[in-house]
Amino acid sequence: MAKKKTESKSSDAELNLTLLRSMLLQRRFEERCAEAYALGKIGGFCHLYIGQEAVSTGSLSVLRSDDYVITTYRDHGQALARGMNPRNIMAELFGRIDGVARGKGGSMHMFDKSLNFLGGHGIVGAHVPLATGVGFAIKYRGGDQVCVCFMGESVVNTGAFHEALNMAGLWKLPVVYVIENNRYGMGTALERASAIHDIYERGASYNIPRAVCDGQDVFAVRESMQEAVDRARTESEPTLLEVRTYRFMGHSMSDAVSGTYRTKAELDEYMKRDPIVLLRMHMHEQGEMTDDDLHKLDEEMKAVAQDAWDFADKSPEPPLEALYEDVLVDTTSDATAEAVAAD
Amino acid sequence: MLRDDRVFLMGEEVAVYQGAYKVSKGLLQEFGEMRVVDTPITELGFAGVGVGAAMVGLRPIIEFMTWNFGVLALDQVLNSAAKLLYMSGGQFNIPIVFRGPNGAALQLSAQHSQAFESWLAHIPGLKVVTPGTPYDAKGLLKSAIRDDNPVCFLEGEMLYNLKGEVPEEEYLIPIGQAELKREGDHCSIITYGKMALVAMQAADQMAKDGVRVDVVDLRTVRPMDVEAIKTSVMKTNRAVVLEEGWEIAGIGAQVVDFIQRECFDSLDAPVLRVHQADVPMPYAKNLERAAKPDAAKTIAAVRKVMYV
Repeated sequence: MAKKKTESKSSDAELNLTLLRSMLLQRRFEERCAEAYALGKIGGFCHLYIGQEAVSTGSLSVLRSDDYVITTYRDHGQALARGMNPRNIMAELFGRIDGVARGKGGSMHMFDKSLNFLGGHGIVGAHVPLATGVGFAIKYRGGDQVCVCFMGESVVNTGAFHEALNMAGLWKLPVVYVIENNRYGMGTALERASAIHDIYERGASYNIPRAVCDGQDVFAVRESMQEAVDRARTESEPTLLEVRTYRFMGHSMSDAVSGTYRTKAELDEYMKRDPIVLLRMHMHEQGEMTDDDLHKLDEEMKAVAQDAWDFADKSPEPPLEALYEDVLVDTTSDATAEAVAAD
Repeated sequence: MLRDDRVFLMGEEVAVYQGAYKVSKGLLQEFGEMRVVDTPITELGFAGVGVGAAMVGLRPIIEFMTWNFGVLALDQVLNSAAKLLYMSGGQFNIPIVFRGPNGAALQLSAQHSQAFESWLAHIPGLKVVTPGTPYDAKGLLKSAIRDDNPVCFLEGEMLYNLKGEVPEEEYLIPIGQAELKREGDHCSIITYGKMALVAMQAADQMAKDGVRVDVVDLRTVRPMDVEAIKTSVMKTNRAVVLEEGWEIAGIGAQVVDFIQRECFDSLDAPVLRVHQADVPMPYAKNLERAAKPDAAKTIAAVRKVMYV
């Protein structure tokens, strides 16, 4: 499936363990999300990331802590991979005061200012111009940070995507637009939605460097991202990177995993390339990990997910006074000038 | 912009062309192309660029050539700028100004003659400022730029040619503070933006007949200075609400709702509203005149609530 063959499988055992840990955390955490949703502890929309973990982990593993990350409503995986505390993420999902957004955002709106994690956005395509704006701000200040913007492949058919990438190409902004092509925009297959199927080619319209890679292979994602991030950082050039992946769950918790818009056979075929299994097998082959090590790591990640659940369960609901808080701030530029200058 | 290098102006024709209405004349030469930025015709895109830049600490002024085109960017105003502070649990405030001309000019017909304040004022998380005089425009624009929240700043397209006293020195007019533009005791005219001028014309004419009206210029429609409305209506016991936009779900409906709740016992007559006819704006001069609120219609409404 990938256009680009992975060449440099890392043999850095420590790095590989970090990658596996990150991906496994997302998987075990989200399995508990599905359970909590079924129990009614999580409400609203809940879009799981299971199957796509190599994209978040691989992409974010090449960033600096002062780089920026912005994403869609399918945001739990990236929030965890960026280092947000699983406890506060779960508390947000449970609608509790200790949630990352004090229980006001929910599944689709994870934010962490301290990690430059600029959110989880719920309107398809709308966050892409925001990423362009972050790139503009970086250039405005003469910084060397990079903004990484994740989106699903259905975003490329929105006007916001077109407008945002045109300006990024025009002004040469340091933004990496990562398209997580999981083949379906809700239940509509890519081929039924886009006039061209090699999505990365859309970059040509905006004079933006473009690439495609295998999203089930964390090393392939890392390599393509590293190239794109370096280009953004050193040359202030955007990149449109298409990462070909697949979601193992439904679009959200409210639809069937297969049977309507995709077959069970197709799902089974893709599940053979589970990104976690691929990395685990590689590490096994390299002699970097025994079955026992893996079992221990898995138990550890399950315990983290359980701890997050317990924490969220004990966290109080937001007090009713919170209803009217955070609508507006009562400060002016004079009050914030100092804080921003210190940034 | 001199005072704060985080402030920049972005929009269509704001730089090289010097502003479609010359609002940004000379700014490119003074501040350079990084701070006075021409964009493609891409409202949704550059409004979002502004929000993204504001998320990470800049203070954008986003100009829409007119608010008629600003509608293309409504998603960014409504779903991004207005909601990010709330959705992030207080982490990301968005210090941004969306500004541009609003309302009808002359014979621009249906798609270029619309008043959007009631659409915007509907949204929690925004401030909506509607100055009616050059003096108020300067003081309020400075306050809007310094505000740490998203502010929609609606300038009357027909007011760009209005001349008025504007001091060179610095002054700020607080957002959310009405001004009694004229004092009288027979009836209150509650209005804002370009209609403040119409209200003053109506007041001048009525004064010749001995009718003295209060003209309450709200200046900001969200937050609204309801105390100023109350004070005036409690004094005059009669009110006419004058606005440029359409009737249904208009700002006037909100004002009337407030008056009936807070001033019910003081009222000597039902409150009347003056607004645009409930049609898209026509082109023909006579039809356009018939559609727009004006001094004559305002005077007729005042006479009706005074039973004269």
